[in-house]
Amino acid sequence: MRRYFGRKLLIYLVTFFLAVTIDWLIPRLTPGDPIQNMLARAALNANAAETMYTYYTHAFRLDLPIWQQYLNFWNALFHGDLGISTYLFPTPVADVIKDAVPYDIFLLLPAILLSWWAGNKFGAFAARTKRLDNTALPIAYLLTATPYMWLGILLAWLFGIILGWFPIAGAYSYTMGTELSWTFVGSVLHHWFLPFASLFIIFFGGWAIGMRNMIIYELEADYSHYLEALGAPRKLIRKYAFRNAILPQITGLALQLGVIVAGALVTEVVFSYPGIGYLILAAIQNQDYFLVQGCFLFIIMGVLLANFLIDIAYVIVDPRTRKGMVGE
Amino acid sequence: MAEAKDKKKRNEFLYFAFRNNKLKVGISIVLFFLVLAAVGALFTKHDPEAFVGPLSDPPSSEFWFGTTVFGQDVFAQFVAGVRATFIVGALGGGLATLIGMLVGFVAGYRGGMVDESLNVLTNIVLVIPTFALLLIISAYFEVRGLILESVFIGLTSWPWAARAIRSQTLSLRSREFVDLARMSGMKPLRIIFTEIAPNMMSYLVMAFILQFGGAILIAATLDFIGLGPTTGFSLGIMMQYAVLWGALPLGTWWWFVPPGAAIAAIVGALYFMNVGLDELFNPKLRET
Amino acid sequence: MSLRVEDLTVYYQTLRGDVRALESTTFSIADGEIMGLAGESGCGKTTLANGLILLVPPMRHVGGRVLLDDRELPIADVEAMNRFRFKEISVIPQYAMNAMNPTRKVGRMAAELLRSRRIDPKRTLPELEKRLDLVELNRSVLKMYPIEMSGGMKQRMVMVLSTLMDPSLLLADEITSALDVSTQKAVAKMLVDFRDREIVKSIIVITHDMSILYQIADSILIMYAGQLAEKGPTETIIHSPRHPYTKLLITSLPKVGVKHDATRLTGIPGKPPLLLDPPEGCRFRERCPAAFERCRDVPPFVEIEPGHFVACWRETESNA
Repeated sequence: MRRYFGRKLLIYLVTFFLAVTIDWLIPRLTPGDPIQNMLARAALNANAAETMYTYYTHAFRLDLPIWQQYLNFWNALFHGDLGISTYLFPTPVADVIKDAVPYDIFLLLPAILLSWWAGNKFGAFAARTKRLDNTALPIAYLLTATPYMWLGILLAWLFGIILGWFPIAGAYSYTMGTELSWTFVGSVLHHWFLPFASLFIIFFGGWAIGMRNMIIYELEADYSHYLEALGAPRKLIRKYAFRNAILPQITGLALQLGVIVAGALVTEVVFSYPGIGYLILAAIQNQDYFLVQGCFLFIIMGVLLANFLIDIAYVIVDPRTRKGMVGE
Repeated sequence: MAEAKDKKKRNEFLYFAFRNNKLKVGISIVLFFLVLAAVGALFTKHDPEAFVGPLSDPPSSEFWFGTTVFGQDVFAQFVAGVRATFIVGALGGGLATLIGMLVGFVAGYRGGMVDESLNVLTNIVLVIPTFALLLIISAYFEVRGLILESVFIGLTSWPWAARAIRSQTLSLRSREFVDLARMSGMKPLRIIFTEIAPNMMSYLVMAFILQFGGAILIAATLDFIGLGPTTGFSLGIMMQYAVLWGALPLGTWWWFVPPGAAIAAIVGALYFMNVGLDELFNPKLRET
Repeated sequence: MSLRVEDLTVYYQTLRGDVRALESTTFSIADGEIMGLAGESGCGKTTLANGLILLVPPMRHVGGRVLLDDRELPIADVEAMNRFRFKEISVIPQYAMNAMNPTRKVGRMAAELLRSRRIDPKRTLPELEKRLDLVELNRSVLKMYPIEMSGGMKQRMVMVLSTLMDPSLLLADEITSALDVSTQKAVAKMLVDFRDREIVKSIIVITHDMSILYQIADSILIMYAGQLAEKGPTETIIHSPRHPYTKLLITSLPKVGVKHDATRLTGIPGKPPLLLDPPEGCRFRERCPAAFERCRDVPPFVEIEPGHFVACWRETESNA
């Protein structure tokens, strides 16, 4: 088992190294100068601008040779320093990200978990009878085929504009500041519902289809037939099928959880929700090197971590993987 | 003699193909939109970009899908959009399937170090958040066309296909008829073409359909957040403009409902087709 | 126990029509008899076995009945048959290697199975352990996952499980096909042992391997293309078969000690008919060297001597 994990760890480290390097490279390959941009907003006269430019270029250490910038990057990384944002100067990137992440987690965690649970239950249920299957399956397929932003727009239009039940922008009412009060919490929940619902609906379809396919596969496996031949009640057969079918679904869940940190970009655009996705978009539009780098990095680390956790989880949960390694 | 057997197999195949409802429904919907994309321009009297009508007008006999907030013909834009959608799906999906095929096939067939290194490659492409990557690259190209978008989608969405094709190749490789061919001294390339490929054909077709649908969805999202082509129309761009220019508070639903509905219909039909094809290729799934 | 199958007909429903897998089969098995069921692949052996214990779609019960100890089995009623499954009639399936849930320890699966059938696993445990000893399986096997067991171990485990409730009739479907020769012999012997100890009363051993049947079967039933060809005591079938198909089958078997430059291996030219639209009458007639016009009618399964049945006009006409 040590060899298995050792090899996996190595692959992850290599991937991490390569991904981080690419992350560092990309902003530097894009046209535009972040310092220029930042200064443009300050509307200084030509002389002042030039002095400030040299000052800031030096402060951000952009005047150092490329290889040195690269090494500094790694150095800073290990200190948890992701640089200072030019778009939201002088806030450090790490802080900007820290403020945005809770919104993503708040939005995505319940959406993913609930849709996983409900979708799997529904998929297993649909696999029971042919008629139910024939009506439920097309609906589920249609759901996964629906472009997410369109669903979001429809929900916003229907429940936000026409019925007026929910607001369609922001994380909480613009008239409020963050405070710990019931009205604030209420406002947050009120603003949270539509984006949450749109994500839930879209994810639900995918899980339902996956589970339904897995269950059918398990119900037609040899061990199911054997139990049938020995007169076991449907309940036992279904219980075994469900338990076996859910294993790959767990992998899927872990994968989705891993990408939480990437935020739900489109959701945040449709509903103006201040998460990481929204942040990345703004950072690019304002050519903020460091913010882009930082967000990207954050996402990469999250994804790698999630993948690694899946591998561990699978070994624990599926005896076939565990025992199969003996033969390695 | 072999041709007679093949012909019989083909006839049996067509027989079942025509009886499969899911396949029929799916193909007809896709064909409908395809025809619309191809010849729809003949039915539109106006240029999609031209300002030809009253602002934000609801659907009427003159403007079947109404007008935008600028007075453009929504239907004309819609037709152009459907065309763009098909192009992206075909190019992007095709490229992804092609790369996935090459990588997956070689990895599965050769095994060993080749397999390992290709796996690492696949993992890296999988792990890099393609969205973020795309955002950055789009900033690099100030002028973007449909082709660029398709190429990008193709270059970033192949890992799924590669994985699936690799596992399929692995299972086929160890089947008896391949061993037989190898033992009888057939050259590896011939083995690939005459023994493995026909069995993979069905799998590849289904993989392509999935990639096609996936490419359409990804393109729609990219277009919506403004990272699609900088000129021309697509269904995603239509939705972007609609939201940007206040279609929601104004209630001009005819601007954003048709594009999304069309995507849902086309991609849904593609998925449906796939389920039908699956039943066709795996007789076990056929309903009795 | 006694088993009587009368005129049993089972078809498979497919999109292209009914596959006539089992056509009007009639035979019986006495108490304590080990009957071998042999024939080419696709002749209907497994259909017969499934027809007796698990007649589910796409199989369709077209006619005939099955009597176990003079009681009619409700083979067409999946729910009603549950009373008999496992307890009176049981099966060691063809796929025994994959018959156990891969994600459950074997012991736990067995306990859950028993509990689901209203049997207390704790009370059955001592007997289960005795059976494990019988088949030479270490008791620790109960704590293993199927993937940790070898093919032979899994086969024996399924044998123990399937016979745990001392069924009257056991269907053993190709239980030696996936094993090496020495394990085959051991498993076959265990089967006889089970019968001798009265763990099971009668056994139907389904196989295409005649040599196993020669060793353990009391009688052999030969099937061809869904029809019964011949049934008789093992000695008779092997040394003095009467049905043309059986004769060709026996002679096509390689014999020990015979060198192949002296006698060539002969097969039976031709192929079995597709059962979607089988020929009328005797389905062997197109390959049979002794066929004549009478063969266009289905030959009845006639007892030409005590315990020896043949379905062939040549044989029954000459005896008439």
